[in-house]
Amino acid sequence: MSENLTLPAQQGSTDGAPSTTETLLEVEGLTKHFPIYGGFPIKRKVGAVQAVDGVDLTVGVGESLGLVGESGCGKSTTGRLITRLLEPTGGRITYRGQDITHAKRKQLAPVRSEIQMIFQDPYSSLNPRQTVGSIIKSPMEVNGINPAGGREKKVRELLELVGLNPEHYNRFPHEFSGGQRQRIGVARALALNPKLIVADEPVSALDVSIQAQVINLLQKVQDELGIAFLFIAHDLAVVRHFSQRVAVMYLGKVVEVGDRESIYNRPRHPYTHALLSAVPEVRVDEEEQRERIRLSGDVPSPISPPSGCRFRTRCWKAQDKCATEEPPLVQISGNREGHLTACHFPEDPTTEARDEDVVLDPALKALEDSAGKE
Amino acid sequence: MTSPTKAEDSGSAVALEPELASTSETAKNKTGLEGRSPGRLMWQRFRRDRTGMVCAGVVIFFFVIALLAPVLTAISGTDPYTLYGQDPTYADKPVLDEFGLPLGYFGGVSAEHWFGVEPQYGRDLFAMLVYGMRTSLYMALGVATLLTVTGVIIGLVGGYFGGRTDYWLGRVTDFFLSFPSQLFFIAFMPVVTAFFVDPREETPTYFRALAILIVLWVLGWMGMARLVRSVVLAVREREFIEAAKVSGASPARIIRKEILPNIVTPVLVQFTYQLPSTILTIAFLSFAGVGFVEPTPDWGRLFAAGAQYTQQDPAFIFFPGVALVIFILCFNLLGDSVRDAFDPKSGR
Repeated sequence: MSENLTLPAQQGSTDGAPSTTETLLEVEGLTKHFPIYGGFPIKRKVGAVQAVDGVDLTVGVGESLGLVGESGCGKSTTGRLITRLLEPTGGRITYRGQDITHAKRKQLAPVRSEIQMIFQDPYSSLNPRQTVGSIIKSPMEVNGINPAGGREKKVRELLELVGLNPEHYNRFPHEFSGGQRQRIGVARALALNPKLIVADEPVSALDVSIQAQVINLLQKVQDELGIAFLFIAHDLAVVRHFSQRVAVMYLGKVVEVGDRESIYNRPRHPYTHALLSAVPEVRVDEEEQRERIRLSGDVPSPISPPSGCRFRTRCWKAQDKCATEEPPLVQISGNREGHLTACHFPEDPTTEARDEDVVLDPALKALEDSAGKE
Repeated sequence: MTSPTKAEDSGSAVALEPELASTSETAKNKTGLEGRSPGRLMWQRFRRDRTGMVCAGVVIFFFVIALLAPVLTAISGTDPYTLYGQDPTYADKPVLDEFGLPLGYFGGVSAEHWFGVEPQYGRDLFAMLVYGMRTSLYMALGVATLLTVTGVIIGLVGGYFGGRTDYWLGRVTDFFLSFPSQLFFIAFMPVVTAFFVDPREETPTYFRALAILIVLWVLGWMGMARLVRSVVLAVREREFIEAAKVSGASPARIIRKEILPNIVTPVLVQFTYQLPSTILTIAFLSFAGVGFVEPTPDWGRLFAAGAQYTQQDPAFIFFPGVALVIFILCFNLLGDSVRDAFDPKSGR
């Protein structure tokens, strides 16, 4: 599947970055700390899970920004903050110049219809007690939108758009497969003619054969309707297929952001290198060797993240400076326009094999050493 | 493919999921592509459950009898208040011997008195039973409805809003749960009554009913509240709630449209268990002497009287006892069937 999905991406990688688009959404220093309460008999705040800690992002009109990272690095929290399902602890979210960081439900109303969300689990994102029709219709009811020809007609059009039979209007979610349910979720998100859709791992709960269908549907939607996407995923191949720009997150921070070509072919941050190198790949020809980096351990606890650069505890290039000084997210020398990296000691902009593999996992190393001796 | 009526008639209706095949056909015939709601699926499963259907029939039969008590007593030509053994009007047709025990066999069963008569007074047992059922069933229905509504509201509020609201509602629930309810029923009934009615005057019957309602209500809503809260906590975390929030829906709409339809199942199941136990509790109150009193006909009071007479006239307790056993048994089995129909995976 990876091969299938990456093919058009590689073809399209030559068009470069759509850099001159108007900014739709701007996120500055977005922070979300979940408090931890403890103590007896009086409970008080004893700490905080720093799920998102100072994230800067911009999404242009009609642009698709991919957000990748390991599990637990704050991708989904970022998405939920932007759709205002969670209340940010700090930072600023600006939508078309309007500050929506702490807007209340009523103040948000005009913006609500323009920012929609597609959820991860198609089995839990549709109300089992409502028909497909009323599920898709309900955002229109809430926002008092009366499309020409009535809401039902619009719902049937949407069903057709996402590749479902309009006759399914009166069916219930339990009568559909996972992929079909996700299409219903897409139709619901489209019901309000949004300008921005936050897709929170929209395909990771789906069968691999269905993933491509849904991704292609989303791409079609994006091309035809010009909707901007914040595409949250941990599948790098999917993001490469779908997104024009990619942001890499690690432990609540964006470590590298740039256009697709830069991130996938000219990554600078060691973590991006490691992430790309971790993608399994089937290669018949041995000509083009990729670098091989295997990290050890897990992401540190977001309750007490490492000082300075957060990746330093697992980085093979870490030095004293990394512990004391936090690297800013800037365009470092050798980067293209719009390609920002937060690293003191960036890697070379290539993914080709290096002289020696970086294998930090002691178990894997021991295994390979013993295999090498025999 | 078998049509639903066929599947119903043939004994093979217990096959795993025949309704999937049988009803999709009819659904298509009717309106093209019409989906079947979870509620309809539940109804179809329930209809295949023979125990459930029989029990539902029995339960409905009891309610109809209770509702038609005046009609039935008109047919039998008796009423629950007349003292057929002492009233001089009926002196030509004696029902009691000189010891106050019913004449004839099995508690004095006769053409006039279908279930016999009460010793000492000679009241008609059939009339007392149907009127007593009427009192008990509709009282229980009222109490169970009140409990359910209260429990659902408190559980919804606590579960949905969470945090401090949930904490304090939870503590209040715990507080009420810590009362030993049976003792408190007995202890509080006279208190509640005396609070509104001067103890020197006679308490009107409607007020006794009201007092029972209040006491059972105040001390009974906690189970439902806890159940609803737990279900709401689970439903609240589902992504379709977030989807509703993203579309800008108000909390009222989310509760009404998204959460309530999803908690109907456990609430309905709990209700079908609650009702028979409430009937038993009301009967217990009357038995203990704090519920309904003479001469109001009541199921529980029949047992209290039957317990007195049981050495001389054991037949007196037979009819009310059998009726109650059948009713409670069927209602509980009905509750099981409803639960199985809603959740076919929770097999026994």
